[in-house]
Amino acid sequence: MTDEKKAAVEMTIDLSEDKPMTAYDRLKAARATTRPTSQAYIERIFTERIELHGDRLFGDDPAVIGGIGFLGERPVTFIGIEKGCDIDDRMTRNFGCPRPEGYRKALRLMRQAEKFGRPIVCFVDTLGAYCGVDAEERGQGEAIARNLLEMMGLTVPIISVIIGEGGSGGALALACANKVYMLENAVYSVITPEGCATILWRDAARVADAAKCLHITADDMILFKVAERVIPEDFDNFDEMCRLLAHQLDADLTELCKLSPKRIEEDRYERFRRLGIIEEKTENPRIVIKTKLPRININKDILKRILHRK
Amino acid sequence: MTPVRNSDYTETCPACGHEVSSSRLKRNLKVCPRCGKHGRMGARERLEALCDKGSFRELYRGVGSRDFLNFPKYAEKLRQAKELTGENEAVVCGVARFGGEPCAVFAMEPGFIMASMGSAVGEKITRTFEYAMKHSLPVVGFTASGGARMQEGVLSLMQMAKVSGAVGRHGNDGGLYITVLTDPTTGGVTASFAMQGDIILAEPGALIGFAGRRVIEQTTGTVLPDDFQSAEFLLSHGFVDAIVARTELASTIALLLRQNRKRRPA
Repeated sequence: MTDEKKAAVEMTIDLSEDKPMTAYDRLKAARATTRPTSQAYIERIFTERIELHGDRLFGDDPAVIGGIGFLGERPVTFIGIEKGCDIDDRMTRNFGCPRPEGYRKALRLMRQAEKFGRPIVCFVDTLGAYCGVDAEERGQGEAIARNLLEMMGLTVPIISVIIGEGGSGGALALACANKVYMLENAVYSVITPEGCATILWRDAARVADAAKCLHITADDMILFKVAERVIPEDFDNFDEMCRLLAHQLDADLTELCKLSPKRIEEDRYERFRRLGIIEEKTENPRIVIKTKLPRININKDILKRILHRK
Repeated sequence: MTPVRNSDYTETCPACGHEVSSSRLKRNLKVCPRCGKHGRMGARERLEALCDKGSFRELYRGVGSRDFLNFPKYAEKLRQAKELTGENEAVVCGVARFGGEPCAVFAMEPGFIMASMGSAVGEKITRTFEYAMKHSLPVVGFTASGGARMQEGVLSLMQMAKVSGAVGRHGNDGGLYITVLTDPTTGGVTASFAMQGDIILAEPGALIGFAGRRVIEQTTGTVLPDDFQSAEFLLSHGFVDAIVARTELASTIALLLRQNRKRRPA
């Protein structure tokens, strides 16, 4: 196990051994306004950056930022959902809820990356795609659908880092990746816990219960194989944290770049093809094939130690 | 509903109040003969009515959902849905013909937990596209869904990407994909395979959208017009190719299949 991996494991355990963090605690941490946003990561991880704007169709969505920079020697296309750093900035950026033009800008930059064979790194941090009249009029559903379709077919490596909230389809539209990293307190969910609580109990206040039921934490994502790595958070030493993250991105991109373009697409397809838990009745009614939770390869120590703690 | 004769009863159109016998309504494909309101149709009922008679052959019927998160009320919901619809899952897949043209086909079942998409729905549709690609068949899909199935947590979200991958591969191989959006097609299904068709048709008056109406009204503090997110709204904004009445659907699909036959390799 590499030092970073060890650090990733220990960090998670340290926090949970003291006083185990609930899913709701992590949700609150993921939403904290003091948390660094995409911009902060991009500035520290990539050098010689240029930001590129607009979807060439309608406008430029400030909730999504993107451009080209260097990760070490390698040119990389970076894309991030940006929540904003102060109240004015947050208003401008619609609190990190992208409109269709944001997803279309991201797709334009990804197509450009494909053309020039550049890897793509996405930073995801959103409550979800914007739910508004204008977003529906301009085809929010179509924009996300198009991103999923085209991202799945790209032949350059994609790594997505969920740095805060991974909110439903609006997050997935930037996360059809070969590898997904979760920050230690990041969450990834099919619906907001508030929305889930409203549907289940007609009581949006039962967020904590809903968060638990939905299994939204980084450890859950490792368990479901929805994510490959948990990145330890150390916002007091943010520069150092980003240095380690950049190192990890570089190492994984180096591995992925060894694959042929066709293999890179296949790798991503197979990654998602495996996801899902079903049962299948066969011709013989007594035999039912059940798929199980996937086996844990990475960070199995997390699980072991959590199990042994009691 | 008053009984008229054996197994026949009177139904009232929810739109215009017109009273019609259930057998007549069924013959008219659940479309009100007076006002043209398209009633909701079950998946199997739809396939039997629209595909060439007797041509539908089902695939992957054994695939079903598991309550792997022990999610509140999910096991009970699954049991009720199976009882209510007689289906094992919220989508029915297989192969069929329209006007003699063969294709792979799937139809979603609105009676099954609002045809929400969990692991099993994702798996069945993905397999359908893989099957179609292997046998060089076009795919015709009838969508209806409340969105991703939250009872399966993030893995239901992942089905959007999984199906999209299969749609993409089928398309890159030259395969035709026709979607027919029926009432209601929303959420994660709109944001994935419903909007990925080469040709997108919609039934008149169908509700089609990404976010729920109430969510938008709460988020923006506005009251939305009645036709917001209707098939007609999508047509006028450029997101569907055509609105086709249910009674014309079979012949329209047959025509499209005939016009878009796969190019033979040189």
